[in-house]
Amino acid sequence: MNAPAYNFAYLDEQTKRMIRRAILKAIAIPGYQVPFASREMPMPYGWGTGGVQVTAAILGPQDVLKVIDQGSDDTTNAISIRKFFGKTAGVATTTATSDATVIQTRHRIPEAPLHAGQVLVYQVPIPEPLRFLEPRETETRRMHALAEYGLMHVKLYEDIARFGHIATSYAYPVKVNARYVMDPSPTPKFDNPKMDNCPALQLFGAGREKRIYAIPPHTDVVSLDFEDHPFTRYRFDAPCALCGAGDSYLDEIVTDDKGGRMFVCSDTDYCESRQLAGHRGSESAAPHKERAHG
Amino acid sequence: MAEPQDPMQDDQPLLVAEDVGKNYGRLTACRDVSFALYPGEVLAIVGESGSGKSTLLQLLSAQLAPSAGRVSYRMRDGVLRDLASLGEAERRFLFRTDWGYVHQDAAQGLRMAVSAGANVGERLMAVGWNHYGRIRDTAASWLERVEIDTARIDDAPRTYSGGMRQRLQIARNLVTEPRLVFMDEPTGGLDVSVQARLLDLMRNLVGELGLAAIVVTHDLAVARLLSHRVMVMKGGRVIETGLTDQVLDDPREPYTQLLVSSILPA
Ligand SMILES: [Zn+2]
Repeated sequence: MNAPAYNFAYLDEQTKRMIRRAILKAIAIPGYQVPFASREMPMPYGWGTGGVQVTAAILGPQDVLKVIDQGSDDTTNAISIRKFFGKTAGVATTTATSDATVIQTRHRIPEAPLHAGQVLVYQVPIPEPLRFLEPRETETRRMHALAEYGLMHVKLYEDIARFGHIATSYAYPVKVNARYVMDPSPTPKFDNPKMDNCPALQLFGAGREKRIYAIPPHTDVVSLDFEDHPFTRYRFDAPCALCGAGDSYLDEIVTDDKGGRMFVCSDTDYCESRQLAGHRGSESAAPHKERAHG
Repeated sequence: MAEPQDPMQDDQPLLVAEDVGKNYGRLTACRDVSFALYPGEVLAIVGESGSGKSTLLQLLSAQLAPSAGRVSYRMRDGVLRDLASLGEAERRFLFRTDWGYVHQDAAQGLRMAVSAGANVGERLMAVGWNHYGRIRDTAASWLERVEIDTARIDDAPRTYSGGMRQRLQIARNLVTEPRLVFMDEPTGGLDVSVQARLLDLMRNLVGELGLAAIVVTHDLAVARLLSHRVMVMKGGRVIETGLTDQVLDDPREPYTQLLVSSILPA
């Protein structure tokens, strides 16, 4: 065999070992942000280089990779990351959640329940949940070390004072394993309950901020709230227009140039699987109607 | 001045300073300071800038470690503890429960971008209060106590006047019912009429709550209105101490006489 121009999954073995050590530490201290020496990747930061490095460090030749962006497998971002690993690691890729062993995601957790042995890798832009009110890094580190999390409730208090309810709808803070408060990255709060007691391993990589954190399988993950303003999962008024699902996270999409709109599952794999299984929504007279991607 | 409460009715001191000093290399910022502060007692530390009074306040409030001597505090469980022996978590817990700290610059003691209600409620949330309605009601009642219109509860302090900010800072500190409040030039930088109102308010609150306080000021009028006892500092040392009225009406040290005559022109 000819030696490839780059190592398996792009990163050299020494870098992978360094990242794996950070991942192991992160797993040992659920929700704790572990610093790591983030490397330049052949793509811009906004493309999730933290998640890409984590994926590169854990990927093996037998893995099956799925990449989603806002729930979709076929945005430019998702396609290029999938191609990147197809080329540099030669691993099999899939869009089916249940077939994947590693799922790299930006902004969503798949609707299909994850199972033991799967790893969900999140691309994280801003890992520090306290930064909103306390920009000083030395101070936020001390707050984590001493579990001083009153400030997190100040943010939720401000929401209620201003909007009458907790208006934070994504990057909604959680407490992991009854210890560290963590930012779940810009996933919608709708997905927060899926993180709790999840059988899959969840890894979070922030490239620009050089942090890795983790939720080991079957860990308690609790969304912060007030007794009189409990955490609520966002509810949608109508089911998915394509597959009729009433339990999934919906995106609004424009259907024509006359202002026509409909709400459909943001998880395209989930929606398509349901349609293949014969589920129908209000807009799906034609079984495989062309979908517009936003 | 209103009849001060008898500060000695509680015979156990709240805070004890023993031969406290602080050096920076060969420079002595303050030295040989000893006193005991009792529950409900207000002590003013007066002196010009450079007299060591601000350094002393930092030493007494555990923000600086002394180079000599020690500062002890009687915790809520009644045990007198050397502040230097407290872990960081204990010290920070003291700071947001049993102590208050009023900064001269309210922006240092407040979160300027966060509503007044959340500024007052933060300490409650930090000690585990988890009911929005109760936190808000408590914040509102504290705004009333410091004479801030509760209609302003959702406004951020950056929209407040200087006097309101200072009153908000006081409410934010007192909400956990601390036993000791440190104040660093609490009326500094405010208009004279605003100062008078603030001093009245502070004097009433301190009396009603039976608070002990250590007030650092260069303004002897502040010392006269608020404190039971006064310590005069010069060149890092306490040169005169005693009951406030005695010291200010009948100063013994020439330096104190100078201070009194220059700042309180009759
Ligand atoms: Zn659907």
